[in-house]
Amino acid sequence: MSKQPIIEIENLHAGVENKPILKGFSLTINEGEVHALMGLNGSGKSTLAAILAGRDGYEITQGTVKYLGQDLLELDPEERARAGLFLAFQYPVEIPGVNSTYFLKAALNEIRKSKGQQELDAIEFLSLVKEKVKLLELSEDLLRRSVNEGFSGGEKKRAEIFQMAVLEPRLAILDETDSGLDIDALKIVSSGVNKLKRPDSAQLVITHYQRLLNYIVPDFVHVMADGRIVKSGDKSLALELEANGYEAIVNA
Amino acid sequence: MSTATETIETLVKQEYKYGFVTDVESESTPPGLSEDTIRHISTKKNEPAWLTDWRIKAYRYWLTMPEPTWQFVKYPKIDFQDISYFSQPKPKGDAPKSLDEVDPKLLETYEKLGIPLRERARLAGVAVDAIFDSVSVGTTYREDLAKKGIIFCSFSEAVHGHPELVKKYLGSVVPYTDNYYAALNSAVFTDGSFCYIPKGVRCPMELSTYFRINAAKSGQFERTLIVADEGASVSYLEGCTAPMRDENQLHAAVVELVALDRAEIKYSTVQNWYPGDVNGIGGIYNFVTKRGLCKGKNSRITWTQVETGSAITWKYPSCILLGDNSKGEFYSVAVVNNMQQADTGTKMIHIGKNTKSTIVSKGISAGRGQNSYRGLVEIRKSAANARNFSQCDSMLIGSNCGAHTFPYIEVKNTTASVEHEASTSKIGEDQIFYCNARGLSTQDAVNMIVNGFCKEVFKELPMEFAVEAQKLLGVSLEGSVG
Repeated sequence: MSKQPIIEIENLHAGVENKPILKGFSLTINEGEVHALMGLNGSGKSTLAAILAGRDGYEITQGTVKYLGQDLLELDPEERARAGLFLAFQYPVEIPGVNSTYFLKAALNEIRKSKGQQELDAIEFLSLVKEKVKLLELSEDLLRRSVNEGFSGGEKKRAEIFQMAVLEPRLAILDETDSGLDIDALKIVSSGVNKLKRPDSAQLVITHYQRLLNYIVPDFVHVMADGRIVKSGDKSLALELEANGYEAIVNA
Repeated sequence: MSTATETIETLVKQEYKYGFVTDVESESTPPGLSEDTIRHISTKKNEPAWLTDWRIKAYRYWLTMPEPTWQFVKYPKIDFQDISYFSQPKPKGDAPKSLDEVDPKLLETYEKLGIPLRERARLAGVAVDAIFDSVSVGTTYREDLAKKGIIFCSFSEAVHGHPELVKKYLGSVVPYTDNYYAALNSAVFTDGSFCYIPKGVRCPMELSTYFRINAAKSGQFERTLIVADEGASVSYLEGCTAPMRDENQLHAAVVELVALDRAEIKYSTVQNWYPGDVNGIGGIYNFVTKRGLCKGKNSRITWTQVETGSAITWKYPSCILLGDNSKGEFYSVAVVNNMQQADTGTKMIHIGKNTKSTIVSKGISAGRGQNSYRGLVEIRKSAANARNFSQCDSMLIGSNCGAHTFPYIEVKNTTASVEHEASTSKIGEDQIFYCNARGLSTQDAVNMIVNGFCKEVFKELPMEFAVEAQKLLGVSLEGSVG
């Protein structure tokens, strides 16, 4: 049984204004897998997430990224999204006056169009929403409001996971989704993420703290320092980090 | 800056679709302004002496006034002797008795603009008075409205048909002494729309005036007067376009609204005059005085405007809240792009007790456009328990444009409550990227963000206009969800 790779990152070097941030980052994620990427602040975790999603302003100097067999770096951000790559933002932005449900319907229909599927009408979309809302124990009230406007930190993160539930990505990148969450919110978000796991999709969970991994059980744990992975292992690596700190592993 | 900003800037550049010229023989007075010009216009329109006298008084007053310079816009001095003050399509024989006798070229013009006037193709539920240069081409649905006692006709016809109403209300809200351009308009106005809704009648359809400037070198000076008698209500729409020309053309209109006891007037404008080209050559100077008088108790006047056109916009649709418990509202979206300039806002004058006013202004600046909100909230001593809420938001697209806010608040009664909120935001690359990361193209993202920004104003527009307004901003209609 050979698993299909979803993303293959090879020796990626990138930075901002001549300041290198990623220095030879490599990682392959196959379908059905959950990977956790851990590391101190400034190790390049969020830069990696931003580059994978296609944010402007980074200079890629070396390396390749293959996503479902395509050259990911050649694609515009919206093309990546339509091809099933999803970034759960660390700091989701507010878009005043744009209804959350309308926004999400437009997003889903863009993805469906690019797959040659028929767009969902309002009624079909609402029934899909109702189903997903239950899964995540989300208040429907959030969906009547403008995108992220006036949401608390926890509500924003939950809304991101909700979008993920509706858009059903092949690769979900969760950028420090646990930051700013209290323990109850953390449980809800993690249980949502666990329920969204599918055999043909994968997740890359970026986190600073081990505590998220009490609820999301990764198949692999990677420790990142100074722009690349310095150690990989299974779940026990996260526990080791928790016990001994980053220093011990990074300097080992 | 990054490419995202450039993309946004190219997206807001849209071609002006209404720039065509109708090839119709027109009859224009030679450029120039004097008492003779005014008498000529008055004679041409066969006006009664009282109106000619009023015009002449206005003209003499205008001569004594300095041209205003306080507004935050720049333009070369206007040569008022270089404007033709009267231009009309050359009449062929007798005046047309019905719309079916109107020159087909004129009817075609309005059809091209999406305003069919012919009986069969008329817009359902909207009665239209079509103004072409200085004259009214025709008014639809007049007979239907007349059955309810509603008078809806061109201003010239009203002068002859309903002189007592015109005499009573003309200049009662905007006297000719009001300001420079109102005085000029009072002297030289050529036509416009007149509307009277009798006691207790709710107007069953939207009333609308469509202004079209066609002739070169001409100015358009029209006058609209709407009177809603006790307990009456009406919703009124105004649209405007002009051909693309290299010279600037002056449009100096006056709109007067009068609402008696419990009457409601809703006045909506989608202003899309030719804005000039990318370098600011050509375009309309839109110097307009619009004012509503809430004369009666519990009356209400609502101004909603979407201003996307004109080289320069200079207007402050205002409400005088004279009747106790009366309400004034102003909802505005003003967009400037390229070299456009707008200095727009409102005045809310609270005189009666328990009067309320609401101001929501959304300014969008792109290209090298300059957008100013200027507003006055005045609470007179007599206005016990007056309330005002103002919200002025500005959005900047790109880094070469400007947004300015000039709020004036004068309160002379201690029981008043006045709130003012203001914000300025830049259409964020973060917002665009967030939308991109959900599969939306940059164009769709900009449309969505701008549309969201203007939502509070769009929801005040009548349905047909909301659609047009959104299209104007390059915005697709939001779904029925949510």
